Amino acid sequence: MNQVKRMITKNAVPLLFAIVCLLGIYFAKMPTQFLIMEVAKRLARNSFLVLSLIIPVVAGMGLNFGIVLGALAGQIALILSTHWEWAGLGGLGLTALLATPLAILFGYLAGLTLNKAKGREMITGMVLGFFANGLYQFVFLFLVGTVIPFNNPRLRISTSPGLRNTIDLKLIKGSLDGIWQIQYGFTKLPMVTFGVIALLSVCLWFFFRTKLGQDFRAIGQDRHIAGVAGIDTNRNRVLAIIMSTVLAAWGQIIFLQNIGTLNTYNSHEQVGTFAIAALLIGGATVTRATITQALTGTLLFHVLFVVSPMAGQAIFGSAQIGEYFRVFVAYGIIAISLALHAWQSKSLAKSSLEEDFSVSG
Amino acid sequence: MSVPVLEMKNISKSYYGTQVLKEINLTVKQGEIHCLVGENGAGKSTLMNILFGMSVISQTGGYEGELVINGDIREFGSPKEAIAAGIGMVHQEFMLLPGFSVTENIKLNREVTKPNFVSKVFGHKLESLDRRKMAQDARTSLDKLGMSIDEWVPVAGLPVGHLQFVEIAREIDKGNLQLLVLDEPTAVLTESEAEQFLEVIQRLANSGISIMFITHRLDEVMAVADTITILKDGELVKSAPRQSFTIAQIAELMVGRKVQTSGRIGVHGKPAKDGGAQKRLLEVRDLKVNMPGERLRGVDLDVFEGEILGIGGLAGHGKIALANGIMGLYPSGGQVRFNMIDLPLNNPKAALDLGLAFVSEDRRGVGLVLEDSIANNIVLTSMQTQEKFLKPGPFKLKDITGIEEHARRAIQQFDIRCTGPDQIVRRLSGGNQQKVCLARAFTQEPKLLFVSEPTRGIDIGAKTRVLELISELNRRFGVTIIITSSELAELRSISDRIAIIYEGKLAGILAPDAPDVAYGLLMAGKSPEEVGVQ
Repeated sequence: MNQVKRMITKNAVPLLFAIVCLLGIYFAKMPTQFLIMEVAKRLARNSFLVLSLIIPVVAGMGLNFGIVLGALAGQIALILSTHWEWAGLGGLGLTALLATPLAILFGYLAGLTLNKAKGREMITGMVLGFFANGLYQFVFLFLVGTVIPFNNPRLRISTSPGLRNTIDLKLIKGSLDGIWQIQYGFTKLPMVTFGVIALLSVCLWFFFRTKLGQDFRAIGQDRHIAGVAGIDTNRNRVLAIIMSTVLAAWGQIIFLQNIGTLNTYNSHEQVGTFAIAALLIGGATVTRATITQALTGTLLFHVLFVVSPMAGQAIFGSAQIGEYFRVFVAYGIIAISLALHAWQSKSLAKSSLEEDFSVSG
Repeated sequence: MSVPVLEMKNISKSYYGTQVLKEINLTVKQGEIHCLVGENGAGKSTLMNILFGMSVISQTGGYEGELVINGDIREFGSPKEAIAAGIGMVHQEFMLLPGFSVTENIKLNREVTKPNFVSKVFGHKLESLDRRKMAQDARTSLDKLGMSIDEWVPVAGLPVGHLQFVEIAREIDKGNLQLLVLDEPTAVLTESEAEQFLEVIQRLANSGISIMFITHRLDEVMAVADTITILKDGELVKSAPRQSFTIAQIAELMVGRKVQTSGRIGVHGKPAKDGGAQKRLLEVRDLKVNMPGERLRGVDLDVFEGEILGIGGLAGHGKIALANGIMGLYPSGGQVRFNMIDLPLNNPKAALDLGLAFVSEDRRGVGLVLEDSIANNIVLTSMQTQEKFLKPGPFKLKDITGIEEHARRAIQQFDIRCTGPDQIVRRLSGGNQQKVCLARAFTQEPKLLFVSEPTRGIDIGAKTRVLELISELNRRFGVTIIITSSELAELRSISDRIAIIYEGKLAGILAPDAPDVAYGLLMAGKSPEEVGVQ
């Protein structure tokens, strides 16, 4: 009985959201087929990005709002690959390859910055994302076509400098998803994409069983003690952010090859918040995140996303309210879990005192 | 006779011109338990920092003298080199990761790894952990200590006593351990844990590992030491086999001062305290304060109106937590009655409202608003809690002329050396900053004033002046004062009574002219009657 209770308190957040999802499904009265299709599509699209958040959490750097930088690296590579007309799976692979050094550079710079802002990594990462967004816009909205000679009519706005608002990625659209799909009703399940996600999960699992992974875990627990034991904490923190940024770049490429169009100035904007919300719904915290939590979180988050407009329509007579609800949920869950975390660590400190007092008399 | 594991020859060290160690000579033989005792500031930690190659030593100009390990002269540039030479250290605070298992902690950053196909491409950092082998190693070390705990249990839930063993097991696991330095290892242990701990130490010593044992518990010293070395004020007082000491002698040698204090600085003309006749201003019952590193574990204390009560004791035993707890700066429990009124705990505002004032030991952190002027610092607390220095009217405007006048008076009265009331406090010397703190507390016109470590970090001239000021506040204005200080001589020069705190509890109250040995024993947790010294 006690065990059941502990299970429930431990997984309170995902359980709560599972209930909300079930209610939503009940009220939305959505055809099961449609629901499964939508959720599967979104799982394939987003899981990789959510998984890219795990390493920094384990290394004690909190939720990496800076994955926006990785997403930007992926998009820059995609813009270039579209320009050079790389196509198909090979083109996708080359794009990922092109994105990697960019992501390493961005991650390295972000890591250096975060080392100067220890204990405030999350807000710093978020602001870094805004800052990088500004630079990105400056380059692609202004410099391209003025300072940078670039005259590809499929990418350029014809009347002024800058890239088009939307770029068609038809050359690589579905190049990963389309390799092998299993038909279920009228749903196509992109098996290779799922395979890639599974592979990443296995790699992460393996990684945390290596020496480097163990060092990350040690730093995540206590920077000072790890440092005294001779682990180079600063270097490892930078490494953790680089890995996360590279994975995010690949994740964004996978995401966009599924969507098929690049929203040049918007696609990356909410990558951080949505991926983080998904991870938190899975029951992860600022200091603890597992692969299972990332995957369940992504599932629940997207079920909620799919059903809430319809549920809003059914309950309140307006799909708009459902739409509000899902944005509200995404930001609300982040706020709540950050507050919860702060509250928990405070009460933990308090209870440890009391324990000590009761021992000493 | 084999070569000694460690010889220290004429070790001297000074920090910025202040000599903290003077020609220390000591020898640790193989398999010996060598106890190092001394007050805070006696130089124990500096000596250990030299031995362990801590960067603080080389950054401050290194040391003089020779460190001989196994017959070779060595000078360690970093703890890493010291560890490689077979020196292990268990720090006072635990260096364990709570979420890791016992094994993972023992093998922290020394994990056993085996290559895999990824590591062959990307380098040894990606080798997998050999968890089975790691557990075996951990088991071996734990067995040497006679510990039966499971090697995969997370450290988080273990009792404090076991944590200590895990730390030692980690040192043993380093393989070439020859000399193990234990810095006050029993301070956090219960009595039975400490007993078990001493047994383990003896077992280790019998296996040939030398132990350097730093402690304040004198009966432990007498129980396990082969050799005892006493440090005082950076000098070696005596180093000899245990048989040549008694507890009382150790206590006396630890505390005795060359410069004897000649009673009170101020002339009091007050009768000696007889307790009953005087009004109790502050009654403290079972006060517990959770101040990290300075925990108070239940203190009963009465403070009489008009006296200066000194609070002494070694660092880490909780003496500074008394003032911080009553003033509501750290979470606390128990009962405190001030002037027959119950004082609500954990509420700084309430304490200030009742007429208590506090000059904090953390002068630059809690005591002052460093970037603000002298005048504003002096009136800050009074303005906030007593609504002084405000213009009449609905908007609570600052009375700027009033503040400046008051500040000028205070600067004169407290002899604050500055360019004027507008000078930024950060630019003042430590001593003058302390005077600003005192002036601020005085502005509150308190009935009871807590002063913590008033002379820490200020030069000698200012020290005397600060103590005189405190004495004057007491004499001329009748403010009851509770002064906490690490410097016993200072307390004895100013207080009417001195309470000694040991391990979070009140060890006893002494008169300022009580013999050194009494102080030494109380600070080591012994009552003089227990050892039969008068």
